[in-house]
Amino acid sequence: MTTAPTTQTSVQPTAVPASNSVAETSSRGSMLTIRNLSKTFRLHMLGGVELPAISEVSFEVLPGEFVGLSGPSGAGKSTVLKCIHRTYLATSGEILYRSAHRGTVDLVSVAEGEILEFRRTEIGFVSQFLRVIPRVGAQDLVAEPIRLRLGVDLETARLRAASLLDRLGIPRKLFSAYPATFSGGEQQRVNIARAVAWEPRLLLLDEPTASLDKRSVDAVVELFAQLRENGATMVGVFHDPELLERITDRVVRIGAEP
Amino acid sequence: MEALLRAHGITRRYGPGCALCLDSTGADAGTNRCPTCGSVWACRDVSLELRAEEALGIVGESGSGKSTLVKLLHFDDPATSGYLELARLRQLEGIGGIYADGCDWSRDLFSMDRYRQRRVRDASMGIVYQHPHLGLRMGVSSGGNVAERLLSAGWRSIGAMRQRASHLLERTEIPLSRMDEPPRNFSGGMQQRVQIAKALSGDPPILLLDEVSTGLDLSVQARVLDMIRTLREELRLSMVVVSHDLGVIHLLCQRTMVMKNGQVVESGLTDQILQDPQHGYTQLLVASQLQ
Repeated sequence: MTTAPTTQTSVQPTAVPASNSVAETSSRGSMLTIRNLSKTFRLHMLGGVELPAISEVSFEVLPGEFVGLSGPSGAGKSTVLKCIHRTYLATSGEILYRSAHRGTVDLVSVAEGEILEFRRTEIGFVSQFLRVIPRVGAQDLVAEPIRLRLGVDLETARLRAASLLDRLGIPRKLFSAYPATFSGGEQQRVNIARAVAWEPRLLLLDEPTASLDKRSVDAVVELFAQLRENGATMVGVFHDPELLERITDRVVRIGAEP
Repeated sequence: MEALLRAHGITRRYGPGCALCLDSTGADAGTNRCPTCGSVWACRDVSLELRAEEALGIVGESGSGKSTLVKLLHFDDPATSGYLELARLRQLEGIGGIYADGCDWSRDLFSMDRYRQRRVRDASMGIVYQHPHLGLRMGVSSGGNVAERLLSAGWRSIGAMRQRASHLLERTEIPLSRMDEPPRNFSGGMQQRVQIAKALSGDPPILLLDEVSTGLDLSVQARVLDMIRTLREELRLSMVVVSHDLGVIHLLCQRTMVMKNGQVVESGLTDQILQDPQHGYTQLLVASQLQ
């Protein structure tokens, strides 16, 4: 929107900092610099009660690094990821992102159009649940982002989608079936395939392995390792602390110390 | 993506208006009707921007002004105030007086004469209404419905029009054997597909969808939405999608505006509107959704 509606109660800051000035203040070399990030939900149905989700979170992520977020349930680990993705509007703080083509920008305040462009070309998000699309089969669901974002033809995209689904152990007979009817674990693997298929340079992982068995987790971990070899940077939340320690380079604790 | 359409301060008032109107209508007042003079403010000070190949969702309850907004954009109804501009489009180059020399944007289209507005609309927009009888002539053959639109866009060869019509109806999955039947013989889902064929006949860059899948059976709705997704990508359409169904908005739209009592109460990225709604009304809307 060019003009903010007068009644908008959004907490989104209006100023869009010039790319250059931001670049100077971000730590040299880091891909993401998160400073004093806070998010408070305001629930109007409950008389405007305020629920603080995260408060003054700061950390950095280097290019190619895999940073895990840990903390007790409800500490706001997912909230951090969703603020980076702009699915949540941060209440205060900054998220400096060194983009591939636009210099360093603050994801908290950069224009919506820029965010959409980053989501199309640079930043991927793997949620816990698959969002199915009516009448689209598993293979086509995974092929879609490959085709649209990497500009390859339908046949190539479908081949790549098939090999990705193979790797994740989805039986071939399910390729053209609608994922709405799949088991939770199968849906989650299709979801991962769709989210990483176009190889985003920054990948946000929100409990992507929560309902997978051990073999599937291993396949996913191997896939993540390959994405990293190709240069991807990752920030993730995992329900299993052992897995978190094993696959990440570094763990950042969110919320109060135990 | 480049902006394609921008509108500023669009307002539609039915009635004389009075000094007390502005304070006693709108989202905070909880009504769009002025208790003093009886004027209805169907749309009040709405601004928006539509980018190329983007889908913008407009959600809100009945009476929120979302359908009025689309009708204003389509020149079905004159705006009381506000302006509407289109980026320089090759489809509009032939219409005199639209662009000032060297300008990337058109002059205000709301202040142009009806004739020009109609030509701009036929060349740049297609619309699909919730009620097929608004967009179709129920007694005229389906092919004729599409041809009618082509005629008003300047087509003259009957053979070419018939060919174009059959191509579009095929694309929208209407069996060619039924091309000569009037839409009143068709099911609701088929009627919507004929409307889509008609809306796309002039090859417009902008498609306006007003509750396009409301009232259809789920399987029929899925088919219509799937078709819209495919056509959008193939034809590189920009869309304004009006719906009270958050699922439809989530499926189709990158950005969303929320309207209440004629006003925009909130706008943002669609996933942000759905997962972190800021306004009390949007929070209520999201919390009321069936999972």
